[in-house]
Amino acid sequence: MEIFIQNIFNALQWGSFYALIALGYTLVYGVLLLINFAHGDIFMVGAYIAFFVATFLLGNYGVIAPGTLSGLTILMLAVPLTMILTSLVGVTLERIAYRPLRNKGAHRLYVVITALMCGLILENGNLALLGASRKKFPELLQNTVWTFGTISVTNLKVLVIFTAIAVFLFLQFVVTRTKTGMAMRAISFDKFAIPLMGIPINNIIVFTFILGSGFAGLAGLLFAMSYPILEPYMGALIGWKAFIAAVVGGIGDIRGAFLGGFLLAFVEIGVVAVFPSTLRDLMAFSVLLIILWWKPTGLFGIAKTTKI
Amino acid sequence: MQKHSFKLLLILSAAGLVAASHFQMVDQYITTVIMLMGINIILSTSLNVVNGYMGEFSCGHAGFMCVGAYVSSVLSVMLFTSNRIFGPPLLSADLSLFLFPAVILAGGLAAALTGLIVALPSFKTRGDYLAIITIAANYMIISGIENLDVIGGPRGFQGMKRVVNAMGDRLDIPWMPIWVIVGTVFCVWVIRRFVSATYGKGIIAICQDEVAAEIMSVNTNKMKVAAFMLSSGLAGIAGGLFAHVYGYVNPQSFNILKSTECLVMVYLGGMGSLSGSVLSAVLFTLLIEALRFIIPELNALAHHLHLIPDSYEIGQVWKWVIIPLILILTMQFRSEGLMGHRELSDFFPFLKRFYRMRQAD
Amino acid sequence: MALLEIKGLTQRFGGLEAVSDFNVRIEEGSLTGLIGPNGAGKTTIFNLTSGFYQPTEGEIHFGGRDTAGLKPHQITAMGVARTFQNIRLWQDMTVLDNIRVSQHYRMGYSIWDCLLQTRRFLRQEREIDRLAFELLEAMGLKDLAGERPRNLPYGLQRRVEIARAMSVRPKLLLLDEPAAGLNSSDVEGLITLVRWLQREFKITIWMIEHQMKVVMSLCSSMKVIDFGKTIAEGTPEQIQSDPKVISAYLGDENI
Repeated sequence: MEIFIQNIFNALQWGSFYALIALGYTLVYGVLLLINFAHGDIFMVGAYIAFFVATFLLGNYGVIAPGTLSGLTILMLAVPLTMILTSLVGVTLERIAYRPLRNKGAHRLYVVITALMCGLILENGNLALLGASRKKFPELLQNTVWTFGTISVTNLKVLVIFTAIAVFLFLQFVVTRTKTGMAMRAISFDKFAIPLMGIPINNIIVFTFILGSGFAGLAGLLFAMSYPILEPYMGALIGWKAFIAAVVGGIGDIRGAFLGGFLLAFVEIGVVAVFPSTLRDLMAFSVLLIILWWKPTGLFGIAKTTKI
Repeated sequence: MQKHSFKLLLILSAAGLVAASHFQMVDQYITTVIMLMGINIILSTSLNVVNGYMGEFSCGHAGFMCVGAYVSSVLSVMLFTSNRIFGPPLLSADLSLFLFPAVILAGGLAAALTGLIVALPSFKTRGDYLAIITIAANYMIISGIENLDVIGGPRGFQGMKRVVNAMGDRLDIPWMPIWVIVGTVFCVWVIRRFVSATYGKGIIAICQDEVAAEIMSVNTNKMKVAAFMLSSGLAGIAGGLFAHVYGYVNPQSFNILKSTECLVMVYLGGMGSLSGSVLSAVLFTLLIEALRFIIPELNALAHHLHLIPDSYEIGQVWKWVIIPLILILTMQFRSEGLMGHRELSDFFPFLKRFYRMRQAD
Repeated sequence: MALLEIKGLTQRFGGLEAVSDFNVRIEEGSLTGLIGPNGAGKTTIFNLTSGFYQPTEGEIHFGGRDTAGLKPHQITAMGVARTFQNIRLWQDMTVLDNIRVSQHYRMGYSIWDCLLQTRRFLRQEREIDRLAFELLEAMGLKDLAGERPRNLPYGLQRRVEIARAMSVRPKLLLLDEPAAGLNSSDVEGLITLVRWLQREFKITIWMIEHQMKVVMSLCSSMKVIDFGKTIAEGTPEQIQSDPKVISAYLGDENI
């Protein structure tokens, strides 16, 4: 029973990471119909940025005297800084790589390939510049274990789960209740009519990238706090998986991405609890494909009717 | 005569290559690069059938390559050599000379069947679902093989060198270059025949307007599955050749990065351009190999000019920064790939004389 | 027996009833019109007839055979061809290839014949080529065989699309607003073309059209629908004077 509850908490924590990344995929896809394959690597970059921000604030680079800031203050500062810097990376990719291609009217898939290439550059550029040595993320939050009866949970896990839920609620609010959100949804329907309605299309797209990459950065920070070893390829697999989770949830839908992320995590943790862990990916992907077989548009996706 | 001149040229240059390799006029390295080029040509042209001509987005090509590589490797090791796992050879090694193509084709067939399994659910809806199903399939295939301890699991599988050597013992000619050239020509020829026939043009129609294709009597589902199976089957052939060139396979050599390489070659060459795919495969292989030599030179130059700190070395890691960068730049300037959807003969009309095209004449 | 018989056809999209209880009998060799204001459900009826949607209720019989459950390509192979409101040619294939690909319905060879280039394959391809050229010649499009539709003027694209539909040797040709976007001289050409097609190939034609000139000079009988419901039917003269039709098109002044 205890193990079961513990596993549920683990699944919720992993699900939060998947969900946070999947949200970014789904936001960009929902607006541009672009599979932003660089997104997993933006998550990785986010973790690295968090590392540099944290070590900087801890005084490792000699600008701030070590020990002047408490762990909690550093965390409070690191969250916005990481999110801003990571969203800058995302927006940069959009500006220098995706937008010119879009403006030239290139086939959609060429933009997807460009995204894939940007991801490779981020991964390998990081490896080339920072070397293969893994980075150890400093401990910012005093690890507290809360115990309720026989169940124990760390404060970090709770923080991660609540952050994911908060981000989901925030994004759901932005997309469904605000004018900007309405514009975001409108762009995916008709890219040509939108400028005629007086909506600054490029600003909306940049805003989407800011949201997506910012929360990927947040996910990176939380991930680095939970699993404090950083390496350049950490974003690749988790990114692919989050993308698949987003599709299973119904890509383009915020609820779908959120639910898909948790679903994937529960399946994975469930598989590992029963089968040898080497079978994790195989079984998890099989389950997701079966779901897609049963519901090809994903859990929340709506089948698009072709108009003749 | 003119009608056959292209074939003649092809046969002569292939024979020249094989002879050069046989009489040690080119070293082993160059031979390997040429073989790799052939395999890449198969990969890029076959992926182009789905991603270019049909306009779908498959990103797990390496998975099918993996199936082909393992099936043909296991078959050839089982049939022709005595092995710790499979025991003594089932057939005389003499037969390897004749049965080798059959073994490779069997790998292709297995890959095509895997393609069928992947294709059936993925074409239920249009759009990017194929992308994730193929990515997932790629992971699942690799993960499945890693869990198969009989054939080495994550450690990989070997023994194919002995099959190649066995062929060499019977008749001393460079077998692998021959088979790779034959395989490459075969694949390009198959795809060419497919997409220039009325039957195969159905997939181009699907790409340009699927609704119209369905209404104008093209059985779109069947065509999609057929094209996908053809594409994955040829990838399997590439995998089989790849395994026998290196004599060793490892599940991780067919991961998403390999699939990415295939995608890159297709989009660099141009969607729906066969000669573009061939060209880009050649260029891509050359680029990767050239960087092996250029990067140390760059490093030396940078150190010489004191552009970088002495403690830092520009290593081979930069290869996978430079290649994507080159590609991104290429796409910014040629946003349809090198050739767009045109063929070489559209740029140089005189080429048309050398091979027969079914044109409106 | 009627070539096409539709009984009680109803199509709902969610809560919207796009077509409700539509009935029609189209006799062999006739030229029937289907008119109605925008959004009346005309194209939906065509989509149902060509199998692109499965009807919510009702039956469609073509040549005495129920088409329920058949895929569009199967229905096309039975002899129902159509054109589209906004031209849907394969814009980057040559005109000739547009015609060739539409011969899939009688593809008498398999993928293996294609890869091995068997005699059967070569014979079939030659046959397809011959028929395609014949048709292009007859439609006066022979000189355009090597052109891509993208580069052709709109009027010619229409003609090519009709040629493509004719290439499946249909018994019934569905024309979805063939005169839309054409200038007046093109419209004259279209009227001549449709008449000629009907005479030359002995086909039955059912057309959706807004331009009264086209419908009045071509159709022997017609149906008017509005909001999915049939509101009038008869000869062009009867339709023209029907008060319900006038109010559907012009609005009801008495309200």
